[in-house]
Amino acid sequence: MPQIPESHQKVRFYQTGTLTVGNRLLDAEHRSVQGTMDRSNSLDSGHRACQGCGEALGARFAIDAAMRATNNQLIAANATGCLEVFTTPYPETAWSIPWIHSLFGNAAAVGAGIAAALKAKGREDVRVIAQGGDGGTTDIGFGCLSGMFDRNDDVLYICYNNEAYMNTGVQRSSATPGGARTATTMPVGKDPGNAFNTGKSVPLIAMAHLIPYVATASVHDLHDLEHKVTKAMGIHGARYIELFVPCPLGWGSKPSDTVKISRLAVECGLYPLIEAEHGELTGVTKIRRQVPVGEYLKLQRRFAHVLKPANAHQLEQLQAIANRNIKKFSLIDEQGGQE
Amino acid sequence: MKTPFAITLDAGSSLLNKTGSWRTERPVYLDRLPPCNHACPAGENIQQWLYLTEEGRYAEAWRQIMDDNPFPAVMGRVCYHPCEVSCNRGQLDEAVGINAVERFLGDQALINEWQMEAGAPTGKRVMVVGAGPGGLAAAYHLRRMGHEVTVYDASPQAGGMVRYGIPKYRMPREKLRAEVARIEQMGADLQLNTRIDDVIAARDEGKFDAVFLSIGAQLPKRVDIKVNGELPVLDAAIVLRNTELEEPTGLRGQVVVYGGGNTAIDVARSAVRLGAKSATVVVFEAREHMPAHEFEVKEAREEGVELICLRAIREVNGNQVTLEKLVPSEGRWPQPTGQFETITADVVVQALGQNVQTDLVDTISGIKVAEGAVQVGTDMQTGCPGVFAGGDMIPSERTVTTSIGHGKKAARNIDAYLRGITYDAAEQHELVTFDMLNTWYYSDAPRTVRPMLSVMRRQSGFAEIVGNIDQDNATFEARRCMSCGNCFECDNCYGVCPDNAVNKLGPGMRFKFKYDYCKGCGLCVSECPCGAIKMTPEEI
Ligand SMILES: Cc1cc2nc3c(=O)[nH]c(=O)nc-3n(C[C@H](O)[C@H](O)[C@H](O)COP(=O)(O)OP(=O)(O)OC[C@H]3O[C@@H](n4cnc5c(N)ncnc54)[C@H](O)[C@@H]3O)c2cc1C
Ligand SMILES: Cc1ncc(C[n+]2csc(CCOP(=O)(O)OP(=O)(O)O)c2C)c(N)n1
Ligand code: SF4
Ligand code: SF4
Ligand code: SF4
Ligand SMILES: [Mg+2]
Repeated sequence: MPQIPESHQKVRFYQTGTLTVGNRLLDAEHRSVQGTMDRSNSLDSGHRACQGCGEALGARFAIDAAMRATNNQLIAANATGCLEVFTTPYPETAWSIPWIHSLFGNAAAVGAGIAAALKAKGREDVRVIAQGGDGGTTDIGFGCLSGMFDRNDDVLYICYNNEAYMNTGVQRSSATPGGARTATTMPVGKDPGNAFNTGKSVPLIAMAHLIPYVATASVHDLHDLEHKVTKAMGIHGARYIELFVPCPLGWGSKPSDTVKISRLAVECGLYPLIEAEHGELTGVTKIRRQVPVGEYLKLQRRFAHVLKPANAHQLEQLQAIANRNIKKFSLIDEQGGQE
Repeated sequence: MKTPFAITLDAGSSLLNKTGSWRTERPVYLDRLPPCNHACPAGENIQQWLYLTEEGRYAEAWRQIMDDNPFPAVMGRVCYHPCEVSCNRGQLDEAVGINAVERFLGDQALINEWQMEAGAPTGKRVMVVGAGPGGLAAAYHLRRMGHEVTVYDASPQAGGMVRYGIPKYRMPREKLRAEVARIEQMGADLQLNTRIDDVIAARDEGKFDAVFLSIGAQLPKRVDIKVNGELPVLDAAIVLRNTELEEPTGLRGQVVVYGGGNTAIDVARSAVRLGAKSATVVVFEAREHMPAHEFEVKEAREEGVELICLRAIREVNGNQVTLEKLVPSEGRWPQPTGQFETITADVVVQALGQNVQTDLVDTISGIKVAEGAVQVGTDMQTGCPGVFAGGDMIPSERTVTTSIGHGKKAARNIDAYLRGITYDAAEQHELVTFDMLNTWYYSDAPRTVRPMLSVMRRQSGFAEIVGNIDQDNATFEARRCMSCGNCFECDNCYGVCPDNAVNKLGPGMRFKFKYDYCKGCGLCVSECPCGAIKMTPEEI
């Protein structure tokens, strides 16, 4: 397992290294796509996402990187969900790429169909992305997604994981974490919020399909995210990337905290950043400054009850999950953090 | 308009939708005042010259220092660097080694013979009394403004206490000389070996339009010590002056220095270098309350200087010095205990500070002296119109850098006085505190340690003890700067906006908000590493 991901050039003399979006002291090749003046802005201004929406941010990060990687030859199929609704209220669109709205549950299948059509037409230069929310991916779209993996269709599927059905009013999905309040998992009773030991990890399930590439990424670590999208676009066959995208509305967090919350989710161990090829784990992004899960939870009203003394057992359960992740994925080196 | 089947509206861009109307607060870019700049007694724009150094633009960085302070090579050696004490990076890991970088730049200028230019002649003449750091700084700034300047000093060499007080091992003379020479090259006329006894007469005789006094504090303070016998009791200022002049100092055998400040330490360390058998500093205060800087005390002890704290010298009998033990008290001063002890000495040196020789100003009408110091207004002007004063002779911190700051401030006010206007200092930006930074983004980077001469070589001569850092280290150290409150073009705001509402204007041009689309989420403010953006309420 490589200790330092390629995305994080370790430049000792350069003030911020590659932690910031750009860095005037770095060579152009080590700067991010987002730092360039000519990025494609695939998802442009005027969309109707809430203030500080992590999904809107993550989508521009990912699609701009994919555009760069494919020389702007890209088509996207998009499941129903916030990302579709806030970008394309008829007749306006915030997308500056060829983009098609599928149904809620069949983005993977539509993507597979586009890929097949392009193949039939001999347009191998044009690449395909299918994307959707966690509801559209882990629940209703799961059959289509598994089929796409199974057939190894030449599609990159991006799941924007905001851990619930946000567009319809914050209902629980199979990506909702234990303890979280949603409209359908209210904080009542002795185990308030979403039940523990339910749900699924689609990245691990994707790995079990032995597809060429699986990764998780977060909006707080742009270089890591761009590196993974770029890598995925350099591979043919079925690929899966899950982006962690905080939702201020659904999580009850400050719009200005979106990036911070992503950072804390990763730094506390609850959201491991990993890479896998053909079913084998090939990389993890190490924790740099570990924090207890409480630091992450306290910024979100969906977890407010977890921090009450009466529910200390829930806090313990969440910390135990983080600890398990840290151990399982070796998120912390023996000697300490990443640097 | 022809649209396809079942389509009634032409496709349009979301750019038609001005989401800026959602906003209740708007982000604005601003420059805040970094604590280093705020703390620098000479008012240097440290953040800016570190920024230039980061990119290897050393000459520009040096010029940025020179805008405020004509002595970077001296500063990099003797300044007590309050900037580093208040550096925000100190709260993250360790303060940026500002002083080491300043010294690097100062020395680069000397190696490459960088020079500053005088301003266009104004025809006005200014007399400066005292060629210490205060007087020389004023002369330099006045030359840049185009005024003619003559500096008078009673001593044979320029530099004031930097030359006749601060020992060579901390301040090599060739560096001081070179920086003074640069001011002379700018046309300042230095008249050495010239004591001024009547300021007004000298002014009128020389047809000067204004006067700046910076005569320092030269008179040694003394306490009465009863001496039975022949044991010499000397004054630190005189001992150090003689060391500089290579005259006999009287430091020999077992040297006892009385005082707890930097001067006492300088005398003791000089004694070690001059071959004294021992050097002991008797300190009134408790160890932790000694006025001397910790690093100087530490270095002195490495060289073999001994400290005896909480003691007062009461009398001398033959070669026996009687000390009374003191105990710390609630009040300002430790209290006597009535318990005594003796130590052996061949010479005692009093290092209790200096007083201002106020008889020079006593004859000038209008000048007020209070508690031994000359009083000035916020414009550095004394009660006598056109006569300004600064440095150790006015109430101050009494450091080289403070005096240089006074020189600068006085020069600006003298310039205004000569033009018949008043000088208005630019309004200060708000201070950047540590909590305004997002330090996640700064790479972990330990402070560069400056090389030090071995203790053996320190004990045997006056060679400079603190070494230079090389170019790589200087650049590295500059890059540890977090650029507090001033955009360093990290692109974070441009990157993290979910609404693509930030325009990047290109290298050196910074950024601009597209208020038509900015929803006011505040992510840019949260993720700006250096606190260069703030939210302000929208007027609705
Ligand atoms: C031993 C010692 C060590 C020090 N170490 C440090 C240090 O490491 N860092 C630091 O920041 N500060 C240090 N200081 C303090 C610092 O040196 C002074 O604060 C600073 O030099 C004051 O500058 P000035 O221009 O006010 O006066 P001075 O430097 O005292 O210069 C005054 C000049 O005026 C001249 N003069 C006086 N009267 C007349 C007259 N009538 N006519 C003509 N000329 C006259 C004197 O000859 C002298 O050259 C030290 C002081 C001492 C004594
Ligand atoms: C078949 C079908 N069932 C239900 C819906 C209603 N619906 C639209 S978006 C959505 C939730 C989307 O949740 P998710 O996929 O997590 O995306 P998010 O909005 O959270 O980004 C639902 C249930 C639908 N459009 N189609
Ligand atoms: S509800 Fe959440 S995901 Fe949907 S637009 Fe708002 S912040 Fe984004
Ligand atoms: S980090 Fe830089 S700008 Fe901030 S206080 Fe330190 S030296 Fe000044
Ligand atoms: S986020 Fe970076 S680019 Fe934007 S204002 Fe702050 S320092 Fe400048
Ligand atoms: Mg969702």
